[in-house]
Amino acid sequence: MKKLLLSSLIVLIGITFLGRLSYLQIFSFSPDQVKEDPAIKAIYDYPERGYIYDRNGKLLVGNDPAYDVMVIPREVKPLDTLEFCGLLNIDKEKFKKKLKKARIYSPRLPSVLVHQLSKEDYARLQEKMRKYTGFYIQKRSLRYYDTNSGANVLGYISEVNERDLAKNKYYIQGELTGRTGVEKQYEELLRGRKGVQYIQKDRFNRDIGPYKGGTLDTLPIQGKQISLTIDKVLQEYGEKLMVGKRGGIVAIEPSSGEILSMISGPTYDPALLVGRQRSKNYTKLYNDTIANPTWDRSILAQQPPGSPFKALNALIALQEGVLDESTTIRCHNGFYVGRKKRGCHCGGGLRNMNSGIYKSCNAYFAGAFRKIYDKFESTDDGMDVWEKHMKSFGLGNYLGYDLPYGQKGRIPSKEYYDKWYGDNRWSSSYIISNSIGQGEVLATPIQLANMMSAIANRGHYFTPHILKKIEGENIINPQYTEPKRTTIDRKHFEPVIEGLTDVYRKGTARWVQIPDIEVAGKTGTAENFTKIDGVRTQLTDHSVFVAFAPVNNPKIAIAVYIENGYYGSRYAGHIASLMIEKYIKGEVTLKNLEKRMLEKTLEREYAKPYSGEEFKINEYVW
Amino acid sequence: MGRSLRLTSMSGNSVLKRVDWLSVLFYIAIVFIGWLNIYSSTVTEGESSLFNFNTLHGKQLFFAGASVIAIMLVLALEVNFYERFSSLFYLLSMILLLGLFVFGKTIAGATSWYDLGFFNLQPSELAKVTTALALAKYLSDIQTDIKRRKDQLYALLILFIPAVLIIPQPDPGSALVFFALIFVIFREGLPLYYLGIVLLAILIFVATLKFGTLWLCIGLALLTTVFFLVKRKTFKVPIIPFASVLVITVLFSLSVNFVFNSVFEQRHRDRFGLWLRLEKDPKKLEQIRKTIGYNTYQSEKAIESGGFFGKGFLEGTRTKGDFVPEQHSDYIFSTIGEEWGFIGTATVVLLFTFLLLRLVYLAERQKNPFSRMYGYGVVSILFIHFFINVGMVIGILPTIGIPLPYMSYGGSGLLFFTILLFIFLRLDANRLKEGA
Repeated sequence: MKKLLLSSLIVLIGITFLGRLSYLQIFSFSPDQVKEDPAIKAIYDYPERGYIYDRNGKLLVGNDPAYDVMVIPREVKPLDTLEFCGLLNIDKEKFKKKLKKARIYSPRLPSVLVHQLSKEDYARLQEKMRKYTGFYIQKRSLRYYDTNSGANVLGYISEVNERDLAKNKYYIQGELTGRTGVEKQYEELLRGRKGVQYIQKDRFNRDIGPYKGGTLDTLPIQGKQISLTIDKVLQEYGEKLMVGKRGGIVAIEPSSGEILSMISGPTYDPALLVGRQRSKNYTKLYNDTIANPTWDRSILAQQPPGSPFKALNALIALQEGVLDESTTIRCHNGFYVGRKKRGCHCGGGLRNMNSGIYKSCNAYFAGAFRKIYDKFESTDDGMDVWEKHMKSFGLGNYLGYDLPYGQKGRIPSKEYYDKWYGDNRWSSSYIISNSIGQGEVLATPIQLANMMSAIANRGHYFTPHILKKIEGENIINPQYTEPKRTTIDRKHFEPVIEGLTDVYRKGTARWVQIPDIEVAGKTGTAENFTKIDGVRTQLTDHSVFVAFAPVNNPKIAIAVYIENGYYGSRYAGHIASLMIEKYIKGEVTLKNLEKRMLEKTLEREYAKPYSGEEFKINEYVW
Repeated sequence: MGRSLRLTSMSGNSVLKRVDWLSVLFYIAIVFIGWLNIYSSTVTEGESSLFNFNTLHGKQLFFAGASVIAIMLVLALEVNFYERFSSLFYLLSMILLLGLFVFGKTIAGATSWYDLGFFNLQPSELAKVTTALALAKYLSDIQTDIKRRKDQLYALLILFIPAVLIIPQPDPGSALVFFALIFVIFREGLPLYYLGIVLLAILIFVATLKFGTLWLCIGLALLTTVFFLVKRKTFKVPIIPFASVLVITVLFSLSVNFVFNSVFEQRHRDRFGLWLRLEKDPKKLEQIRKTIGYNTYQSEKAIESGGFFGKGFLEGTRTKGDFVPEQHSDYIFSTIGEEWGFIGTATVVLLFTFLLLRLVYLAERQKNPFSRMYGYGVVSILFIHFFINVGMVIGILPTIGIPLPYMSYGGSGLLFFTILLFIFLRLDANRLKEGA
């Protein structure tokens, strides 16, 4: 024992030291040393953020120079706080608070003290800056918008937060990053790469030469100029039409999947989120939880699609061979689900596919839907087939477009109903509402536009996308350049398109015809409910319209979804026709329609549920 | 006796043949690594000559040379010389320590040096050698019986005298080193419960500061209960002594609180607070890192930043920027950590561990008790330096300023640590003669 005492202590201490050292040098070690090393100062050189153009080379977003006052807390020497605050135009308390916050973030890394000086403040401050050790002015560029529309598509940039810093080691405090929309999606393209120069410092913070002889220093890489698929003129026009309305518009070029415009109403001027008023404006927009202007309805609003879904059910019925275009179904001014009658506004009588579509007969499509299910031995099998066809149109799942947000929509599956009703305790009559786009199905405007694009192409679509060119070169991503096939054979599209064209010629949309352009479209009127004081209350129907044109050489496919706009041809139909004409002809001849859309708002309708009084829905006068 | 004297003094290289080369090899490796890192910590841009004695690394190189001469002298001297004159050496070094109060030179607040013109002599370094010799001499005396209280007291007195002389310099770190020689006495038969009591006291001290007296009492009560439940069948616990131990523990714990709060100065409290991670408030922690904990924090960070492979020789950014104070002396280990990484630090830890174990092995194989006891003295002194210095630099012990033997910058240090070691190797080289 006494002989072993010292030896065992030596071994014990040796092991303890090795343990502690491996903890320090192996487990705590982060390869990111250069950033944290107090002996190395990094001086950054920021490249200009890339410009954003529209599909025709028109500028959407550029840059303006801006000046931030930065502070490195460790280097701050005692100063005349009062004078300095005077120059900075802030009060002393705020100055102290900011300085403290910067010190907590890091005593030796730069933090922003004052954002985006005005040009006058900058001029005044610039000369005197040398007096204040530890502070300096950093030039950076601010986004400049050459349009007042497209806020949600373009997105905005803002300072990185703690989460960004933890997630991506590229950024340091005070830097900007794309927050939503294109700015977020193509952050790395637009941002470029900052250049950096490392300086070796001693503990008194004096420069003692370049670190590693400057071998780690890098030059900045410029941000890329990108062109979007957006048509600036169409986008601005659409937003003008949407004033006072809530909903989304998405227009797609069927032959390429390029998104021509993406409009969400209400929206806001993107310039609001730039400059010194930014946080005030942001709070205001963000706090408007009712109109929700920062919520991009064109890709996020999942709603029952309504009658446009009938076109798909017709296609599926043809594909499955359960009827042909001459098969007739009688409409009794409605149809029966069990003993309960559901209404129809087509006028009743014998319907075939053509009149079923253009008169939007509920009974015809309920019948077609039943036939699809009756073909199979079990509703489970029928459901599977129906779901497979539906999903091949890009419904019920993320479409895969190049924007950072999205919603799946919903195409219910047999599992969904098994869960809802219990295993095998449901049949086609339980789910018949799906035949007319009500029931459990949900879709976003961009999904509806893509569905029309697939019909316009007679059976395939290109995944919608927003990026057209990088530095003038067309994108080559096969995700967007290769067609996606639907499960419906090409030959089945003609009768359906014929019906959709008749919607325009003589059907529910004959009120919004465009001279010299043949349009295939479908109106929709979607029932919807809300809860007022816990009571399920029906609101005025949503107005839906989907279309593509021209019928034989489709240039544009469009979906318009106007919340509480009543029947399909009213708001949505008007807006769709105006957009189509504007895009194809470059000008609008439908002056009456245009005037009506520019003047009319739905604000009164949106106020109803919040008025606390009894109200009527679906009012005829407008 | 006369025969062995002739043999050794007539052919010097026969000593060289018998000296333990493995230990010498470890020694050379440690000195070399030490100098390399002193060079890295002190070299400045545009400096060309290695042998410029105005630079710190140049001076250290000079002392490495002086050490070689000292080694030759130590090995050449007759083996009985050390044992015979050890009391005299001890006396002389105590006089030198006393003389500091009159003639001492003050550097950095401590009056620990004699100014000899070309270099500053630190007699406390010498005293480590002489005390080890004197203790070995006393314990190996035929008249000494370590089981006797009186002899225990004398043995301890040999350690206490230099410690007491060094504390007021002030250099409490160096004074602490002498207490390590108690390991020699343990080896020679001092009952181990002395060690148990000391360890228990340290344990209660730390636990009281870290968890508070209340939790300590609760923990103690739980342990006692478990102890009784397990042992009650086989073993009749003597209640009164057992209870009195508990009472003393609690009283001691209470007195720790008192001493810590009323007798310690703030800087001591801060050091312990830092060591035991008592401060949880991040703001105050930041403050501590800039003031009292600056050295420890910076040296930990420097070591951590080295990673597994290190940044490379002369590439340590924190070393170059001089972020760790005293990096060439007490904190030399952090330079190794930054520039050579885990590979470097592990190598050094292993080198020291192997050297110390080798020396224990050598000590145990001595037939002459004096040699064995001196060998243990050498190991104890080197070990306590290694333990406290590296422990401090890597942040698991409070800040106590003593050098890392053979590595830290310092002329007296290198010279006397070398003499300390090689006297033992000289004794060991003679081991077989003793038997013959």
